[in-house]
Amino acid sequence: MKNALAIKHLYKTYSNGVHALHDINFSVETGDFFGLLGPNGAGKSTTIGIITSLVSKTSGDIKIMGYDLQKQPRKTKRCIGLVPQEFNFNIFETTNQILINQAGYYGIPYKLAEKKARYYLERMDLWEQRDRAPRVLSGGMKRRLMIARALIHEPQLLILDEPTAGVDVELRHTLWDFLEEINHNGTTIILTTHYLEEAESLCKNIAIINRGKIIEHLPKAKLLNQLKQETFVLYLKNPLHSPLLGSPFQFETTDPHTLDVTIKNETNLNEIFQYLSEHQILVSSMKNKKNRLEELFLNLTGTNDGN
Amino acid sequence: MEINSIALITLLRKETTRFFRIWPQTLLPPVITITLYFILFGKLVGSQIQAINGHSYMQFIAPGLIMMSIITNAYGNVVASFFSLRFQKSIEELLIAPLSNWVILLGFTFGGILRGLTVGCLVSIIALFFTHLKIQHFFIFFISLFFTSAFFSLAGFTNALFAKKFDDISIIPSFILTPLIYLGGVFYSLAQLPVFWQTFSKFNPLLYMINTFRYSIIGISDINVLMALILIVTGTVLLFLINLYLLNKGVGLKS
Ligand SMILES: Nc1ncnc2c1ncn2[C@@H]1O[C@H](COP(=O)(O)OP(=O)(O)OP(=O)(O)O)[C@@H](O)[C@H]1O
Ligand SMILES: [Mg+2]
Repeated sequence: MKNALAIKHLYKTYSNGVHALHDINFSVETGDFFGLLGPNGAGKSTTIGIITSLVSKTSGDIKIMGYDLQKQPRKTKRCIGLVPQEFNFNIFETTNQILINQAGYYGIPYKLAEKKARYYLERMDLWEQRDRAPRVLSGGMKRRLMIARALIHEPQLLILDEPTAGVDVELRHTLWDFLEEINHNGTTIILTTHYLEEAESLCKNIAIINRGKIIEHLPKAKLLNQLKQETFVLYLKNPLHSPLLGSPFQFETTDPHTLDVTIKNETNLNEIFQYLSEHQILVSSMKNKKNRLEELFLNLTGTNDGN
Repeated sequence: MEINSIALITLLRKETTRFFRIWPQTLLPPVITITLYFILFGKLVGSQIQAINGHSYMQFIAPGLIMMSIITNAYGNVVASFFSLRFQKSIEELLIAPLSNWVILLGFTFGGILRGLTVGCLVSIIALFFTHLKIQHFFIFFISLFFTSAFFSLAGFTNALFAKKFDDISIIPSFILTPLIYLGGVFYSLAQLPVFWQTFSKFNPLLYMINTFRYSIIGISDINVLMALILIVTGTVLLFLINLYLLNKGVGLKS
């Protein structure tokens, strides 16, 4: 399949001497829903800035939809829609004007731009806000406005830099559904996020960036397979008074009603329940101790406290 | 190309909407200032001053005052508008879009020209209450109007590109532009100055712009008008190219 984005040997050193990116290489296929994960300051926004012509690169090659970013900047720009990390509205314009103007910069004539603006404002549940300035909108409304603005020219590649930061649970799920829908309809999506749950439920492929380097780049399923062990929290029906000595499993009791069990990936969960049944221990519910991706992420970026 | 022409129209619409929307800040002050000038200098002080080359003092200062409003408003429009886009980061809306840099530059320049000319029309109407003015050289009038306002719009653009804080966009207008305008012969003819100051004034580009414009209306000038026109047009083209170069390099825009 054709690549929507291909980055080769990308380096970036800011004028203050910060080496933000150090030999970044990765590509994203058309139709992908791609997650770029990394801790604060890893270089996610810098990478996105370079792809969208907002930051100048120090060296490296970037191709977007087959066009060279350096040689055909206007062709690449047409393909991309950007939802930046920080709000960057002109606070004196109304939401409707913002969308119509943005459409204009992409060469969409006024009448058509008006129609598109209406469509996306309605889609993002902002039509009522059309004559208001962004400064009087709520944080969630501003996020939605940025998404509407990024889609106004129907880009083939939509890039979102932490689109759900500061967004409540309900809206987050609405946005997820929306993004899945447009991805399903053919838009390639690249997303950065701090919510690993978000990447786990949305992304098909994931790259992990840390200190300006890509340290992992795999399909999500394979990435999750890398986790050699997992910890589950079991909630017990009856309190447990004595520790489970001599069991073949790695149990740990935090309080009499909860039991942590850490198991290898190849272990069959049934064996654990069989063992517990034999010891008359009734489990009322269970959950993953950590989000799996989160655990992996912490291991890879070396920020795990080591359990 | 299609994208560029639509983007240019969009920018122009955005820029004109802006200064019309905030008219109490953009259009009203120059009208009030110019009315005061006419009353104080033209009527009260001017009545004591003898005619210059057969023109009343009021008639002599009117073209200079009109040009002064055009220059400060063209400059002020671009410097304020473009800097506030940079400051709010909404300039990113333009930087990510597929329009060429010369379109961005032209858009803001024409925005400045339009504000300058709008203010120019308003203050000319005021001027006509105090004196009568009749354009004598139409061609020079239009060339001088267009290029002078374009030159200062472009200068405002450069200022906005380099400015880091709001102070930086008022320093140049108050400490450089205004003195140069006052010393550029708005209120006096060069011949009235001692020889040393006459020579000194010749280094002030504003002298050429104001005199050319005055010549096109009342037909008198302290300097060679043809040379002045060449200077103004060349300066504008040069400033356009410098700004385009800065934009292409991403100065003040890309980190
Ligand atoms: N304009 C800039 N000038 C100098 N250094 C910068 C600039 N922008 C970012 N940096 C530095 O580059 C590094 C990468 O920053 P970047 O914003 O790309 O990280 P990020 O992964 O997006 O982080 P976050 O999750 O916090 O948004 C950081 O060390 C940051 O301090
Ligand atoms: Mg970031």
